[in-house]
Amino acid sequence: MDPIFYTLQDFMTYTEGVTYLLVIATLAGMTVFWWFLTGKDKD
Amino acid sequence: MSISRRKFLGWVGAAGLSTTIGKSASAATNKHFAGYPDSFAILHDTTLCVGCRSCEAACNKVNDLPPPDRPFTDLSVLETRRRTTTKAFTVVNKYDNPKKSGHPVFYKKQCNHCLEPACASACFVRAFKKTKTGAVVYDPSVCVGCRYCMIACPFEIPTYEYDQALTPRIRKCTMCHPRVIEGQLPGCVEACPMEALSFGKREDMIKIARERFRKYPDRYVNHIYGENEMGGTSWLYVSGAPFKALGMREDLGIKPAPELTAGALSSVPIIVGLWPVLLAGIYAVSKRKEKFAQTDQEEAVASALDKDRSEQSQPEEES
Amino acid sequence: MAHVTTGERKSIFSLFNFIALIVLGVGIYLTYLRFAGGLGAVTNLSDYNPWGIWISFDLLCGVALAAGGYVTSSAVYLFGMKKYHSAVRPAILTGFLGYALVFLAINYDVGRPWRLPYPLVVQQGTTSVLFEVGLCVATYLTVLFIEFSPAAMEWLGLKRARNLVVKLTILLTIFGVVLSTMHQSSLGALFLIVPSKLHPLWYSSYIPIYFFVTSIVAGLSMVIFESTLSHRFFAHKMDETHLKEANGVTLGFGKAASYVLAGYFAIKVLGISSGNLWHYLKTGYGTWYLVELLGFVALPSLLYAIGVRVKSLTLIKWTSVLAVLGVILNRFNVCLIAFNWHLPASERYFPHWMEIGISVFIVMIGLILYRFIVTRMPILYEHSDYKDAH
Repeated sequence: MDPIFYTLQDFMTYTEGVTYLLVIATLAGMTVFWWFLTGKDKD
Repeated sequence: MSISRRKFLGWVGAAGLSTTIGKSASAATNKHFAGYPDSFAILHDTTLCVGCRSCEAACNKVNDLPPPDRPFTDLSVLETRRRTTTKAFTVVNKYDNPKKSGHPVFYKKQCNHCLEPACASACFVRAFKKTKTGAVVYDPSVCVGCRYCMIACPFEIPTYEYDQALTPRIRKCTMCHPRVIEGQLPGCVEACPMEALSFGKREDMIKIARERFRKYPDRYVNHIYGENEMGGTSWLYVSGAPFKALGMREDLGIKPAPELTAGALSSVPIIVGLWPVLLAGIYAVSKRKEKFAQTDQEEAVASALDKDRSEQSQPEEES
Repeated sequence: MAHVTTGERKSIFSLFNFIALIVLGVGIYLTYLRFAGGLGAVTNLSDYNPWGIWISFDLLCGVALAAGGYVTSSAVYLFGMKKYHSAVRPAILTGFLGYALVFLAINYDVGRPWRLPYPLVVQQGTTSVLFEVGLCVATYLTVLFIEFSPAAMEWLGLKRARNLVVKLTILLTIFGVVLSTMHQSSLGALFLIVPSKLHPLWYSSYIPIYFFVTSIVAGLSMVIFESTLSHRFFAHKMDETHLKEANGVTLGFGKAASYVLAGYFAIKVLGISSGNLWHYLKTGYGTWYLVELLGFVALPSLLYAIGVRVKSLTLIKWTSVLAVLGVILNRFNVCLIAFNWHLPASERYFPHWMEIGISVFIVMIGLILYRFIVTRMPILYEHSDYKDAH
């Protein structure tokens, strides 16, 4: 199941790839959570 | 041991000389620190070790350690897995040979005298020092007793005198540094009846190990433990069984300990340099905002007063 | 928050005094045992486990939980959130007491405490992360003392000195943040040197950042938690401003803590990703890791957010307890539970009751000092001579 890596290059290509996807998800998630957190605030 | 005393003394001198000449160390980014040139190492050939505990007895004697709980001639202690203690700087443990059952292997454990010691890197009072002979030595006269060296050591070697109320020390193998600088061999090496321990220049010990691999390829696993582990150590091991079977960790990596913390330490000047700038900036912005808010408020109050006044004055005009 | 009546308060305090007396008595006896017999006489420390709860709780948790000082003072003085001003003094006081007690605890833990100045004055081990921690903690303790001193000076009537120190507020606040950033993160960096001893899920090159961010969570949550306690026991010492601002502090700090926890959750997940540690999550340690991450990071973040949305002060206050426990759990995990995970159970550490006794003793000293100070000095109220002087 888990891929086996023989070079640092291959390892990083995989982990950085996954991490970039999660970074995008984080940006979206943090935005949504901010709306949730401040949604009921009065201006 | 096959090395003559004169040759040995010559090495000691050479180690000193070449250190004084030494390559100039620089902090350039891709500079590789190779350690003291011509420093010594001990090669432990576990295929030759018979577990007689002579090294343990010699270690006890040369270090003036308290008598052991059970005599050194009692070989039954080999059955349990022991570690270094304040009373024993070296221990020999017996392991089953996964390749040849019925032929146990023995492994002598003591401080490995890293080329870049984790204990020295971790010590906040520089109580540990890698010397040009290869030994990592400890100075109890400055030790605070924080025990971070014990946390840091990947080989779990340093021990601590927990029972001492006023003068607790870290205790560990000195690679017989006091003996070596006087031209004597380390106690354990001198005592070994099987020549399972060889003492000499680290480079030569690596050569000897490789030579044995070449001559007896079936006898050895093709790896010198300590050549690169944790950046390399001054104790080197060759074995017929996988090192894991001897209770030695194969997952330590080859990064020397100081490299592990170098990044975090290098962030200190950045924080000191940039944080005040950032925080002062935030302070300036918030102060400016406050000032605007204040002027706004003052203006609002003033205009309200004006309005009030004009409203008040209007009826007067009318009347 | 319901205020306790005077009679009730008296009985609570006499119960407190009774417990305090026992704890102090036992603590003094244990102190004697520790210094007469060495660490071995009172601890379960061993050659495999050189650090126990005096490091994991007293030092690591102590420093993190005392972060309220720099968090609150920077929010008010640097970020201009003036509406939290009444929270600054209690936060600075607990910060100062926290660090002072950390220093006290360290004297028990190290073998030769009288040599503690050695790394500064005899020989500097500059390559050691612990050196940086020591340097910063010593300096920050001084900064906190100066930041706290105006309250004592107002009490003692030292007007001129007090006004002089107050002029330094911004400078001291900036120093406090710089020093806190360094040593809060460095407490995590202490473990960078042990990749082979700390479980991969907790070992990360991000560990200094994790420690720093959780110190903010701990600081914010402790301010909420402490304010809850002091409203219960010291409401009579609070002035109108303090009472009026308190709810705003709880809501504002709860909101901040919620978002900081969300960011922390994100970087923890990203850390798993960049180390490609997913497969460890399936193991026993992985389950424990998820308990920490979901139960003590994600959950408090969400509960804080709900508390802020529905303006439930009670929920925010209870969540602050959960968040504080989460930070404590994290420090225990890094220093004790996931540390030495490769060793057989027989070689692992479990604290001796006397170690716990000393820790309780030290916390008790803190509580007594806190009570002594807030009942005498202008911490929860403004001194009448210095109203609106800031």
